[in-house]
Order: sequence, then C-alpha cells, then structure tokens
Amino acid sequence: MSAAATSVLLAVVVAVVKGVLIIFVLMTAFAYLTLAERKVSARIQLRYGPNRVGPFGFLQPLADGVKLFTKEVTAPEGRDRFLYLLAPALAACAAMLAFSVIPINQTICIGGTHGAGPLSASCPGGYPLHWDLAHLNIGLLFILAITSLGVYSIFLGGWASNSKYPLLGALRSSAQLISYEMAVSFALLGPVLLAGSLNLETVVNQQHSLWFVFLQPMGFLLYFTGALAETNRLPFDLPEAEAELVAGYHTEYTGMHFGLFFMAEYINMVTVCSIATVMFLGGWMAPFFFLPTWLGPIWFVGKVVLLLLLMMWVRWTFPRLRYDRLMQFGWKVLLPLGLANLMLTSVFVALH
Amino acid sequence: MARRPPIRGSGTPVREIPHQEGVPHLHPGGSGEFLDRIDSGEELLEINMGPQHPSTHGVLRLVLSLDGERVVACRPDIGYLHTGFEKSFESHTYQQCIPLTDRMDYLAPPINNLGFALTVEKLLGIEIPPRGQYIRVIVAELSRIASHLVWLGTHAMDLGATTMFMYCWRERDRILDIMEWISGVRMMTSFIRVGGLLADVPAEFVPMVKAFTADFPSKVDEYEGLLTNNPIWRQRTVGLGKMDAAMALGFGCSGATLRGSGVPYDVRKANPYSSYDHFDFEVPVGVNGDVFDRYLVRVREMREACRIIDQAVAGLPGGPVNTSDRKVVLPPRAEIDNSMESLIHHFKISTEGFRPPPGACYSAVESARGELGFLLVSDGGNRPYRCKVRGPSFSNLSALSQMVKGELVADVVAVVGSIDIILGDVDR
Repeated sequence: MSAAATSVLLAVVVAVVKGVLIIFVLMTAFAYLTLAERKVSARIQLRYGPNRVGPFGFLQPLADGVKLFTKEVTAPEGRDRFLYLLAPALAACAAMLAFSVIPINQTICIGGTHGAGPLSASCPGGYPLHWDLAHLNIGLLFILAITSLGVYSIFLGGWASNSKYPLLGALRSSAQLISYEMAVSFALLGPVLLAGSLNLETVVNQQHSLWFVFLQPMGFLLYFTGALAETNRLPFDLPEAEAELVAGYHTEYTGMHFGLFFMAEYINMVTVCSIATVMFLGGWMAPFFFLPTWLGPIWFVGKVVLLLLLMMWVRWTFPRLRYDRLMQFGWKVLLPLGLANLMLTSVFVALH
Repeated sequence: MARRPPIRGSGTPVREIPHQEGVPHLHPGGSGEFLDRIDSGEELLEINMGPQHPSTHGVLRLVLSLDGERVVACRPDIGYLHTGFEKSFESHTYQQCIPLTDRMDYLAPPINNLGFALTVEKLLGIEIPPRGQYIRVIVAELSRIASHLVWLGTHAMDLGATTMFMYCWRERDRILDIMEWISGVRMMTSFIRVGGLLADVPAEFVPMVKAFTADFPSKVDEYEGLLTNNPIWRQRTVGLGKMDAAMALGFGCSGATLRGSGVPYDVRKANPYSSYDHFDFEVPVGVNGDVFDRYLVRVREMREACRIIDQAVAGLPGGPVNTSDRKVVLPPRAEIDNSMESLIHHFKISTEGFRPPPGACYSAVESARGELGFLLVSDGGNRPYRCKVRGPSFSNLSALSQMVKGELVADVVAVVGSIDIILGDVDR
C-alpha cells in the first residue's frame, strides 16, 4: 500500500472514529442536558425534579427515550409527507454538523516535531491529531452556514404540518432566526478580526495571553443574547411560545419525531455555548495560569457547562418577549451595537 | 306540591333597540367592522384558541380572526364548563347549596359560600355574631389572596415567567393548609354556612394566620421584584388591552378589572357586609386601564387583604360563631341531651332544613374577581325557588373581544390573564 493510500485510509478511519465519538458525546450530552435542565429548573422553582428513576433520577433520560421511541406516532391529515419527515431529521443533522469544526483541544503532534511555539497547529513530519472532526480553514463560516440551515427544519416542520399554530410558529421562527443570525455574525466577527483567522483553532491560540471576552465584552454579550434567540430559548422562545402557540412549529409532531426537534434544541445549546467558549472564553485554555494546561478538554467542557447553566438560569427567570418587540430588539438594538462593535474593533486592529 | 309565587303584571315586551348610525353594535363578533371585512373578501386566518389551549385558563374557546398576527376579531365561546348549578340549587335545601357554591369559582370557594350564606341570611332576616363575621372575613380574605396568587402565577406563566407560578404556589399552599386545618378540606371547604360557620376555628388558627400575614408582604415584594420593574414584563403589559372607565362600566365589569380602569368600586366599601366597615383598608385603582394596571391593582389588593386579616385577627371577638336562631343552625350537642325542643330542632333541620319567608332578595359580595351577586327567590319552602348568580367573570369576559381588537396573538394571552376569569364562574 502506497504512503498516499495509507494516509487517506488513516484520515478516513480517524474521521469516522471522531464522527462516532462526536455523535455519541452529543447524544449523551443531550440526554443529560434535559435532566440537568429539569433539575436546575426544579431547584429554581422550589421543587425536586426527577428523582424516581435511578439514583438522583440519573436514568430519567433513558426512560424519556424509551417513552419517545415507543409512543404512537400520530400525524395530521393533509401533511406534506416528505417534508414532514425531513424537517426533524434536518434539525438534528444541522445541530450535530455544526459541532464538527469545533476544536476541544489543541492539535497534538504524533511522531513529528511540533511546529514553532507551543501553540502552533502545524506538525511537520508527523501526524497532527486535530481535536475537531473537520479542521477547516473557514470553520466559523461553516458554522454560520450550518446553523442557518436549522431554520429550514423549523420552517418546513411548521409548513408541512398543515396546521395553523405550527404555521404561525414557523413564520415567527424564520423571521426571528434570520434577524438574529445577522447580529450573531457581527458579534463573532470581532474575535475573527482580532485573531486574523476563521480557523477556530487559530482563534483559540490567539487567546493564549488574554481571552477575547476581555477585549470584546460587548461582542460576547451580543453573541450570548443572539445565541439565546438562535436556540429558541426564553426570553426569545417565540417560535414555540407555549402559552400562545401551544408548541409552535412542533405542535403536530409526536414520538421520536418530536424527540428529534427536542434533541436539536439541546444540541444547538451545546453548539452555541461551545462557539462562545472558542471565540471568547479561550477554548481549552486553563482559566488560571497555575492550573495544568494539559487538561484542555476538561477546561473546555467546564466553560461550556457554565454557559449552559447560565442559559438555564435565564430561561427560568425571565418572561417572554413579544414577537414584534423581539424583532425590534434584534434590528434596532443588537444589530447597530454589533456594527458599532465591529467598527471599533476594526479601527483597533488597524492601528495595531 | 311545589308552591309557585303568583306572576304579577304583564311583563315588559322586549323592544328592538334601533341601530344608530355611527354607534358600533356590541355583539359577540366584536363590532360591525369585522363583518365589513369579511364582506370585502379580505382573507383572514381563523384560529381556535381553546378549549384545549395552555393559557385560556380552563375551557374557554376564543375564535380569533387574524390578519397576520394581528387580531381583527375575537369571539369568546363559552359553555364548555356548564354545570347547571343554578338549576341544581332548586332541588337542594339551602344548606345543601353551600357545597355547590364552592364549585363555581373554585379558586376562592369561601367567598362564594359567603355570598350565598349572606343572601339566605338576608332572606331569613338574621345576622350572625361578630366572632363569626370576623372569622368569615379572615377566611374570605385568605382565599382572596390564594385566588390572586393563582392568578399571578398563571398570568406570569402565560407571559413566559414560569418560575413565578411555583413561587405563588408556595404561599398558596400555606393558605390551603390553614383551610385544611379549620375545615378538613383544602379547596372546597364549605366552611361558611348559612347562619354561621361549620364550626369555631381551632386554637392553632390564629397563630397560623399571624405567621402567614407576618411573612406574606415580603413574599409580595419578591414577586414584585421579579416582575413589576422587569422591562420585559412592562413591555408585555403596559398599554395593552386598554379599557376606559366608561367601557368597563358599560360591560358591567367589576373587581380588579373595573378598578384597573380607575373606578373605585368595591362592594366591601360600597355596601359593607360581614363587618367589613370595621376595617381600615384601601381600594387600589389603576389609571390607564391596561393589563399592567390590573396587575398592579391585584398585587396591591393582596397587600390590602393582608392588612384586613391582620386587623381582624387582632380584634377577633370572643363568643359564639353561629346565630342563636335554632331554626337555622343545629343546636349544640349538649343541649340536645337536656332539651326536647333542641332535639326537635335538630331533627327538623337535619331532615328538612329551614324555610325562609317567601320573597326575593339580592345581595352581593366582593369576590376575588368582582361583584359576586346572588338573587334568591323563596316561595316559603325549604329550597330556593330560583337562584340567579351574577358571576363577575362572565361580565368581565364580555369585555374581552373589545380589549383584544387590534392587538397581537401574544397579547390575547396577556389580556385573558389580566381579566382573571374562572370558567366555573363564567358558565356556572
């Protein structure tokens, strides 16, 4: 076997292993995020939360999964059969795909000499083990593209259901996601300018002395607010505002079809929090200089979990914005602020 | 043989009120404007909000005609919880009607008991001793707080603030504990009876109530801290579902829905009953008549109710709680052993109840939702000949279609929450 063939085979094997790992980890994260959400909300609301299935309710996600899988699937008459099935699948796929470019640790050089400097991603002569599935040079662009794809699933789901509440929910959602996509993109451009690269690993490496959250506090706040809207979380959960639209775009979904939407929501949470960690919170960097740096993935996961907890806290505290106010907020507050932030950053970068 | 009171007079013919040009017709469809839009061929989206919907508070069905997300017309459709209580009253003795009243406005049952009991007592021409009246006031105000807590929790939950719901439940549970302690039942207490109370309160009652009222104002501060100055909450409620005083009066609104529009009408002040005139309390009124004002009025009412309870507990007189009229209230057990008359009274009340003199009377109380009136007609028998209940929720709900016209779908939920309807009270 030629060297070229070997390296191709190796790349394929590594990619498959990484892919399976990512799916496994994300599924588990989804399962236990639902449990965490219920536990956190219970603590906030003076309740106990699930504590019957397994010790401390740890097997609750399993029970939920069994329930969702064994539920009878009822679907509305007159639905668009193909799109009705496609929508939840698309939602879950888009949510997981976005994670493929997120580096959770720095590249490890196997058998070669590490590139210049401890934080370099290059590895001449050896095999560079990237800690993301696709080591793209345009990682951020890829993420923005894929998360936009999620809108289709919501919109198609609402449209294909042939029902009024889902349609209203889907209409709201597409408008909301498109407007917040803008603000989020502008917020993410700040770190990109500072790092001078769209590759997420490079962005993290550039934060080795100072996390971008300290240089871009406004950008971080904008991103986090926009991310709440992007993941349809309170106070921006308009598409599925349950008090108004019953369950929004997934009103007519049952069983695991609904489960896929649900999964997409939680995996999206993980994704946006990971992006925030990578872009603003220094990715796998240790939070304090005296902590060991080789625990990269641990620091990464810790930061993501903190952000997730913050999202839950927000959800169980605030009332919901009204749809028109939400759009106003997106276009008249977040977007101008994002633009201003971007301009200031550009000037700053140009002067340096 | 059922005795029927003679029908006097020839009755007034129902006249057709001519439709005047320029005056909007108030009919369930909202106004004539709606029909015009249908005629013009404009396409509107009709959606059913309810009867199975998370935030129509029971089984209210709203038929909404939407232009985009804007409500063009809203037609409430009621009757999904029709129970025929008013008819049932006619086949129950007066005392047996008390449990039925519990189930009308099921969030504040003691106030319903009180309204019915006061009406029957008015028919009978009796008044109960001050201790009984004071305990009635305490129980009624406690249940007013409990009802307002349910309202606040669900109203906030409709607008997305889910946690408020559980916070409100926490305090409501303490009230239900008190109810359980005095009557054995948490919700449908039937504690207030014709001629007095189920029984005198146990010794633990006063300390329990005192502990609650000492604590409660700080809890209200907590709710207000979460909502009143929250910009999102304000955005969702200020200037929404506006109703001016004339409109509110025109629809016959009462309670906080009316007071939110600035009309200081409170039956407890306007027509004091059960010694409400002994207590010092304020009637909060709103200024703008919007959802936010109604919210403020109710929150303030909780504080005022707390003050009333404090005063009533502090000045709680001794003595009996029931009327001494042996024809109405069962004699004490010990008396039956010694007195033949008491035994006869016991037997008569237990088997037949009592017979108020023929006549009709109306009396109203301020329920958690507004003026709750009972019109009772007696033919001298042991059962009401006719009972008509003026449910405050019914009148308040009638104003809904005007209030939500031109608002967004999301606001319908807010407005429905702000008029605080109970479908058991609407349909009866």
